[in-house]
Amino acid sequence: MNALVPLLVIIPLVGAAITLILGRYPRVQIAISVTALTAVTAAAALLLAEVDRTGVPAVVEVGAWPPPFGIVLVVDRLAAIMVVVSALMLLGVLVFAVGQGIADRDRDTPVSIFHPTYLILAGGLFDAFIAGDLFNMYVGFEMLLAASYVLLTLGGTGSRIRAGVTYVVVSLVSSLLFLGAIALIYGATGTVTMALLSDRIRELPLDVQVILCAALLIGFAVKAAVFPLSFWLPDSYPTAPAPVTAVFAGLLTKVGVYAIIRTDKLMFFDVPLTVPLLIIGGLTMLVGILGALAQADVKRLLSFTLVSHIGYMIFGVAIGTELATGATIYYIVHHITVQTALFLVVGLVERVGGSTSITRLGGLLKKAPYVAILFFIGALNLGGIPPFSGFLGKIGLFEAGAASPSPLVYVLIGAGVITSLLTLYALMRVWNMAFWRPKEDVEGYSSPMIESLQESPESTNGTATGVAPAVGTSRLMVGAATGLIVLTLCLTVFAGPLFALAQRAAGNVATPTAYVDSVFPGGAP
Amino acid sequence: MSASLTLVVLMAVMYGTGVYVMLERSLTRILIGFLLVGNATNLLIFLMSGRSGESPIIDGATQPADIVDPVPQVLMLTAIVINFGVTAFILALIYRSWWLSNLGDEGDDVTSDEDEQDAAEADAALAFHQNLEGDDEAVRSVLGEGGDDESDGPTDARGAAPEEPSERDRDVMR
Repeated sequence: MNALVPLLVIIPLVGAAITLILGRYPRVQIAISVTALTAVTAAAALLLAEVDRTGVPAVVEVGAWPPPFGIVLVVDRLAAIMVVVSALMLLGVLVFAVGQGIADRDRDTPVSIFHPTYLILAGGLFDAFIAGDLFNMYVGFEMLLAASYVLLTLGGTGSRIRAGVTYVVVSLVSSLLFLGAIALIYGATGTVTMALLSDRIRELPLDVQVILCAALLIGFAVKAAVFPLSFWLPDSYPTAPAPVTAVFAGLLTKVGVYAIIRTDKLMFFDVPLTVPLLIIGGLTMLVGILGALAQADVKRLLSFTLVSHIGYMIFGVAIGTELATGATIYYIVHHITVQTALFLVVGLVERVGGSTSITRLGGLLKKAPYVAILFFIGALNLGGIPPFSGFLGKIGLFEAGAASPSPLVYVLIGAGVITSLLTLYALMRVWNMAFWRPKEDVEGYSSPMIESLQESPESTNGTATGVAPAVGTSRLMVGAATGLIVLTLCLTVFAGPLFALAQRAAGNVATPTAYVDSVFPGGAP
Repeated sequence: MSASLTLVVLMAVMYGTGVYVMLERSLTRILIGFLLVGNATNLLIFLMSGRSGESPIIDGATQPADIVDPVPQVLMLTAIVINFGVTAFILALIYRSWWLSNLGDEGDDVTSDEDEQDAAEADAALAFHQNLEGDDEAVRSVLGEGGDDESDGPTDARGAAPEEPSERDRDVMR
């Protein structure tokens, strides 16, 4: 079974190389990238089943060099869950992108570079999840970031270059912070293998631990878009093509959250992080959702809800109990799925309605009832309406918070409930304006709410009214969006077993000694 | 752990100037700042290898205690390669943004030789007609003032015509 572990990274990278060579044959490219991602999904699912059955992380020493000298890849339950979910998302979005390319007849998207870059993004993502040492995690981050730079500026239009510059510069600074933190950690402990760091960091004086932890956390917090380091996200994500935005929104920020969980629980468990993380988490929730309320553009609105819901995960990490970590893992899985699905549905809306601004959309319920249903389910789910998984995830987090009570935790639970309500309000407003409102009401419609909305700075496309002519959607696009929405429903239906799995994963995370023992069977050197 | 003071000072200066230059608006300066900060970080990693020593090659003669710690050098090499790749991408980004700001989207339109020939012919025709109009003007001015009024009247009307409806439209929209 351990042979499957390196395949998670190798398959996408080999696929990227082949698709790059076969740039002139789009159909072959599609076949190869779909095959590669399907294979990775299957391998990841097998690994998850195996790791969950044995309860011991799968460890691979790359090149047979024993740690701490060589690189180790470690797949425990948490990493396996993350890999499975991201592989499913990547596959769904790839199908959507292929469908969009077919509907567009490949007019102006440079498809030849899309597939290799997309697969490198996948490889970097999986590498970051299964890395057993900090530096390998950094390399994984850089791989996925470099790929994301290319995907974000795909086509090189003015607005994308502008957004890309912000995104690239912010990501570079966070990467350099991460790298500097790794250097300091190496200087303090003499290793970058996480299992060994788990032992050695505990022996450092607490003030040194706090500095190292803060340096790492700031680097990760930029990537995870945690307030106040989240300003860049709503400006850069919405300009990219719909499938790219969906992948970024679903996966890239969650890598940051995953890295925070990993480093916090495995290495810095002595550092008292609860209070600062609680405050940051609460601010992330509230500031994010207040930003969402002011947006007229649905993509920007969803980007702000994305920032806001990162706050829930930080809340879960901050509480720090095993129950809370389990709830956080379930919430991450839920949020990856629902956010990706919603962005894909908005991609459909953009093609059916010709715009993503709620001041210009209308009558979509009559025009595209199926898309409307998809959006409605996704919106209720993200807004946390029972019985959907958004509700279950939030209840899990609040329960875990109430189990380790403090005044601040109760404030955070209150903030979480308000954020959930405001998310529902923002999304239902989109529903009322874009889907429920008759098409005839769009002209000359005015209300104080409309006046106060902020349009997207890039909404210059289309005709004078800002509505581009509707372009067709292909069955593949609708199918991919439907598949992801069905997946969110599965998270609800199978919530019991999944929550139990998340709790077992949290059990792994909460006992770092098991992780260390699996990497160093004979005891840490 | 001991470290070379020169390198520490150099690193500090590079971090300081790098961050300062990065805060500029110009993309090229941001790139220069990134290069400085990136190399300062590389120096930081290098400093973490501690005291200097012999090259880390096990040949039987060198004592393990004498050799320098090789791991930071490996990390540094990887970081240099990554920085190199990212720098290449930023250069492409800068070139593209320069292209867009100077030429706009029209700069992307690749014209074939035939198109260029057509455009040249159109220019020549336009110039020819302008000459003709100039000749007409000269003839009219010789013939008398009446000709000027006739030619001015219609052009004024044409110049003002597109504006009036748009004003009215705007009122309707208000």
